[in-house]
Amino acid sequence: MANESVSPDHRIILDMVQPNASVLDLGCGTGELLYMLIREKSVRGQGIEIDEQAIYRCVEKGLNVIHGNLDSGLTDYMDQSFDYVILNQTLQQVRHLKTVLDDSLRVGKKVIVGFPNFAFLKARIQLSILGKAPVTESLPFTWYESPNLHFLSISDFLSYCGNSGITVERREFLNERGRVNILPNLLAQSGIFLISTSK
Amino acid sequence: MVSQKGIGIVATQYATFTPPGGFILESGEKLNSVTLAYETYGRLNQEKTNAILITHALTGDAHAAGYHKGSKKPGWWDEMIGPGRAFDTEKYFVICSNVLGGCKGSTGPCSTNPENDKPYALDFPIISVGDMVNCQALLIDNFGIEKLLTVAGGSMGGMQVLAWLINHPDRIRSAIPISTALKHSPQQIAFNEVGRQAIMADPHWKSGNYYGFPLPARGLSVARMVGHITYMSDTSMTRKFGRTRKQETQPLKFTPGYEVEGYLQYHGENFVKRFDANSYLYITKAIDDFDPAGQRPLGELFKGVNAKIMVIAFKSDWLYPAYQAQEIVRACKMRGLETTYCEVDSTYGHDAFLLEIEEQTCLVKHFLKKVFNGYSVLEQNGE
Repeated sequence: MANESVSPDHRIILDMVQPNASVLDLGCGTGELLYMLIREKSVRGQGIEIDEQAIYRCVEKGLNVIHGNLDSGLTDYMDQSFDYVILNQTLQQVRHLKTVLDDSLRVGKKVIVGFPNFAFLKARIQLSILGKAPVTESLPFTWYESPNLHFLSISDFLSYCGNSGITVERREFLNERGRVNILPNLLAQSGIFLISTSK
Repeated sequence: MVSQKGIGIVATQYATFTPPGGFILESGEKLNSVTLAYETYGRLNQEKTNAILITHALTGDAHAAGYHKGSKKPGWWDEMIGPGRAFDTEKYFVICSNVLGGCKGSTGPCSTNPENDKPYALDFPIISVGDMVNCQALLIDNFGIEKLLTVAGGSMGGMQVLAWLINHPDRIRSAIPISTALKHSPQQIAFNEVGRQAIMADPHWKSGNYYGFPLPARGLSVARMVGHITYMSDTSMTRKFGRTRKQETQPLKFTPGYEVEGYLQYHGENFVKRFDANSYLYITKAIDDFDPAGQRPLGELFKGVNAKIMVIAFKSDWLYPAYQAQEIVRACKMRGLETTYCEVDSTYGHDAFLLEIEEQTCLVKHFLKKVFNGYSVLEQNGE
């Protein structure tokens, strides 16, 4: 659990979160990110996770975590009850993506979304030239094992935000070598966005 | 895994309280004095910040851990309580209290009514889960403990945990309700009613006035048999008994031919030796009537609560199904309480909270460590 092992996407999210904030991590897995947020940013953290074994790993780290379905996980929280709701690598796996995103923006003052970019160059080549469902570092699953229900690109997400009145406050793009600064929809394996409603 | 060395020899103790004006029940009635049976394990620290209250299920008692002198059977949650165990008696001071209305040393319908020096029987007032915990609060006062580190218990014990949260929110730092519900469903009430009717249909019951006479043993035994069925699951029964027949029986004569029949009869008959039929009536009524939210919106239930909460449920528990635990979690979410919930995979049914030790140990141990030490646990890099 040492600092040096922090993954690049977690490092970006750590930079996005203000100290002492309250954070809800939807699909927190074994709790690495929440753990880092508490240690480095002194946040008040709450996780929601569907996998029972991951729950034990979270509890061992001293985290608050609720065993449950991500699609209904946000329903009972009051409006704006967290400073941040984090959906890192989970949005593409929920059944009702739009509902979850809307609810995240209701429950969180800000929402951090990270997802694999389906339009990454390598994925495009596999699909268009080889004619195969893409398998990349950020989309590591074969078609018959993938938990992903939605396949979206960085462009898809940005235009969705634009059409839905969602403000994109920060955007960061990553590939296996680090941050991507040009042509992210082509060159980035994943995107991380800090969004809020501009109402 | 459960550490080898347990708590050793323990003894039940008794505390009697005579509050000025009597002990007022939630019904408005009062008892001039109330006695609680309890046991303690471990040592209370100087600051009195390491005390844990364990609450028991319907037919449990104060003997949660260790052995009574001369007995080969440990307390009902022995694998969870002791040095190095989930409720680590090297760190924490553990109190397990019997309930008001019970028959294991606490004031209940079989206690002597000071007004006529006879057992109360049905003159004993109706008691509630809230009364049980209000009585326990007197016990906690007695130890000079202002705030409990946690209250933990399964089934009816879990209801007491919830009642602690609601009646005494300032006196607990955390709560661990296990295999429990905010209120009984009609199905749960129905099973309890069958048990009560079995007792009351027994001619020996005599409207509760059986003390000094033959006990309503058949009725109470049938009530316990019904209970046992609801504590297990289809899978656990199949694994335990299958369709195996006991040897040397004549299956055509309605003797207990199948293993499962023998098991239920054995446990039913044994139960009569250790439990009072009237207590069974009073306590099952108390848990059927438990409904702290009532008509109020769920979001108001935990108003004023600031405790960290860990809710535990088990997959095959059909008596207290996971949806009921999730309702507790929903109430926590509505108030933004720091909440942990785990639905443990188990085939044991409702009995799982007594049997699934490894998972519960992992959950409880780390949860308590965090509550006791705060987030500094995280900085120490855990274990």
